[in-house]
Amino acid sequence: MVESFVFVLMAIAAIAGAVTVVVARNPVYSAIGLLGTLFSVAVLYVLQLAHFVAAVQIIVYAGAVLTLFLFVIMLIGVDKDETREENLPFQRKAVFGLGGAIILVAAGLALFTDFEWVPAASNALIPEATNGTIEAVAESLFTDWVLAFEATALLLTIAAAGAIALAHYRRRDT
Amino acid sequence: MVEPGLYMTVAAVLFFIGALGMLVRRNALVMFMCIELMLNAVNLTLISAGRAMNDLNGQVAVFFILVVAAAEVVVGLAIIVAIFRRRSTASVDELNEMRG
Amino acid sequence: MTELIWIVIALPLLAAVVLHFAGRRLGEPLSGWLASAAIGASFVFALVAALPFVDGGADASTVLLWDWMPAIGASFEIQWDPLSALMTLVVTGVGTLIHVFAIGYMHNDGRFGRFFTYLNLFAASMLTLVLAGNFAMLFLGWELVGLCSYLLIGFWFDRPSASAAAKKAFVVNRIGDFGFMIALMLVFTRFGTLSFAGVFEQAPEVLTTGTATAIGLLLLVGAAGKSAQVPLYVWLPDAMEGPTPVSALIHAATMVTAGVYVIARTAAIFDLAPVASTTVATVGAVTALWAASIALAQRDIKKVLAYSTVSQLGYMFLAVGSTAYVAGIFHLMTHAFFKALLFLGAGAVIHAMNDEQDMHKMGGLLKRMPVTGITMGIATLAIAGIPPLAGFWSKDEILASSFERGGWFSVLFVVGLITALLTAFYMTRQWVLVFLGEPRWDEGVEPHRAPSVMGVPLIILAVLSAVGGLVNTPFRATLEHYLEPVFEGISLLHPPEGIGLFIVLAGLSVFAALVGGGAAYMTYRRPVGAWQRFEEGLQPLWGTWEDAYRVDDLYGKTLVAPGRKLAEISAFGVDLPLIDGAVNGVAGLFLGIGQRLRPLQTGYVRNYAALLLAGAVVVVGWLLAGGL
Repeated sequence: MVESFVFVLMAIAAIAGAVTVVVARNPVYSAIGLLGTLFSVAVLYVLQLAHFVAAVQIIVYAGAVLTLFLFVIMLIGVDKDETREENLPFQRKAVFGLGGAIILVAAGLALFTDFEWVPAASNALIPEATNGTIEAVAESLFTDWVLAFEATALLLTIAAAGAIALAHYRRRDT
Repeated sequence: MVEPGLYMTVAAVLFFIGALGMLVRRNALVMFMCIELMLNAVNLTLISAGRAMNDLNGQVAVFFILVVAAAEVVVGLAIIVAIFRRRSTASVDELNEMRG
Repeated sequence: MTELIWIVIALPLLAAVVLHFAGRRLGEPLSGWLASAAIGASFVFALVAALPFVDGGADASTVLLWDWMPAIGASFEIQWDPLSALMTLVVTGVGTLIHVFAIGYMHNDGRFGRFFTYLNLFAASMLTLVLAGNFAMLFLGWELVGLCSYLLIGFWFDRPSASAAAKKAFVVNRIGDFGFMIALMLVFTRFGTLSFAGVFEQAPEVLTTGTATAIGLLLLVGAAGKSAQVPLYVWLPDAMEGPTPVSALIHAATMVTAGVYVIARTAAIFDLAPVASTTVATVGAVTALWAASIALAQRDIKKVLAYSTVSQLGYMFLAVGSTAYVAGIFHLMTHAFFKALLFLGAGAVIHAMNDEQDMHKMGGLLKRMPVTGITMGIATLAIAGIPPLAGFWSKDEILASSFERGGWFSVLFVVGLITALLTAFYMTRQWVLVFLGEPRWDEGVEPHRAPSVMGVPLIILAVLSAVGGLVNTPFRATLEHYLEPVFEGISLLHPPEGIGLFIVLAGLSVFAALVGGGAAYMTYRRPVGAWQRFEEGLQPLWGTWEDAYRVDDLYGKTLVAPGRKLAEISAFGVDLPLIDGAVNGVAGLFLGIGQRLRPLQTGYVRNYAALLLAGAVVVVGWLLAGGL
């Protein structure tokens, strides 16, 4: 009962945030909208017993990634609002067309085929199996997925180094 | 109990909004944010699927996606900064030399 | 000994290869002597190998060299029997004399070595032809001599007329070859094999009259092409563009006789097809008269001889057509002697006159070139048929055989008689114009004697022309006995028995010859103006003869022009727009598609993103709807 209520609330919040991202003229407003979506999704994670991932989401995504976004917005100084007119030919048509197509496809799938979100799903959900506590996730990470884990560490290092190399400010004079 | 299918529906809608947002916005940073939206939608789907199949690997996958997304944002923003330094614009439409 | 008979072909072939690579280094006159030595050695070898046949002691044999296409009975096999031996001896013997002559004639020519390469190659090809043991090898030799003829006619290829003449020879020959090939195909379908042994033995059982007639007529088409009979003779006068030794060897003594040889060789088939034989004889007689009339009015010394060759070949065809095969081969042999001599003599004259060939510009050369004049005189008497020279015996045997056959052949006999008169006329005319009378040549021309390297072959050929006929007189038919084994089982027409008939017929032909020769002598012995008035007086007939009845024009209008038009249409109407157009069109199509797809690359990331999304939707939708 509580779960349903929270779910509906967070769902609406997430979608509202998403719409803000797309619709707002000022990029800062878009960033705030994204923040809202990230938080809502984190709560949805908690509802699904993925506690660790939710925490990581907030710390990393909302905390680091979004902050980074805001920093760059400030750095680049896009304070001019974006206009609503569309310069590219066909783009408007493409957007409406694609939107309509996707909705049609989804409707078709839902109504005319025996569509299941997860065909292998069982009706009985076992909370212990998917209780995403740190211990549970860590056990999986450090035994089954240890190679991938170390690889992501390497990836992050490379990304950091790459970012520094790309954005390094070179003085014009020697 | 809310069915995992509903969560996935929400994720689908998020993805949809992110996709169309990419097509509509000109600002590189906002486009990037739409990409993040789509990634989040995928993450939500994975968590729900893991829940539905009683498998913890859904959350493990989300963890990795999170990490990769973070790395991607770092590099992507660095590129945008570098481009902006050259051309003083963050509009993606200005970067159109590679055409036929 | 007989197993080694292939050496006869191998020697000139080897010499040709050697000369091809080393001819320039060997230089004059060594390359010429090498070539002459090769063919001379072949002659000696063949002579030794042929001796057993002379007294009828040896049988014919087939020497298998190696298998070529066993499935159709074609292999490199040599048939060594009296007929092929005789042909070999003629080819190599006369050929050697001509080679030696050419050493002198081609002096100072820039491509001396190449000339002898081609001559030896020709010798090897001709020997392949006459020594072949099956139709396939025969055809191989047939084609090769055609090729060598092309190379040699167009030897001075920087002259447009020479290359045109070479092309004409090859193309007209090809028409004949077409008939020949169909004949071979017919033979193969009926007999299942192409070897002579297989075909000739089974011919009476396998062939119906109809098929035999068809084969015979088709072989006639081929022979008419190669041996310059009506209507495929037009290449031979043009072939005079080649050096005179070439004219002597190929277009007098050897290649043109290939047709006669083939008909004689396939006598077994003609035996079953009287219609075909009669056609052969008729074609021969018509050709003889036709060509003789043209020869009457020619001014070029070599053209007279060219048409004379066509005419004499007509005699040979008349002979083999009336199944007097021995007579035909006999005339082939004697003709080789005196026609080669005539051509070589003409070559000596041309050489001495600084390449002047118009007889109206010669005259009185007997004093300057006595050897040439006397030897050519002997040859003229021989070809006119004056006894006891060679031409008399052979021509008389042909006429007598034709007379004996009777019926339609009596008509042909009369045609042959008239031709003999004309032959005597134009040959005497030629000799008188060239050697007697007052000199008429241009300033600066200094006729001189021929060097002995050119003179000695002339003398040898003159001797042969004089006595060569004695191998087959009615008193002692040596040649006939010699060739008898070849024509066993085939109805061979013998000349009539009886001295009385012989004297009558001989008297007739000699009379005709004397009339013709005398008339020519009387006309042309007189000072210049007289015979010019005579020639003009016979206009327009004389003009028609001089223009060779304008046959070339006729062919040009009816055959060449449409052919050229067809080629033009094919090249510019079909090939260029359609085929090139199709290929270019495909390329253009792709170019167009590319051009039209170009605008898709707008450069805008958002457009690309839209396309990406569209594609993803399609794929995912399809997957989710249950397909894969």
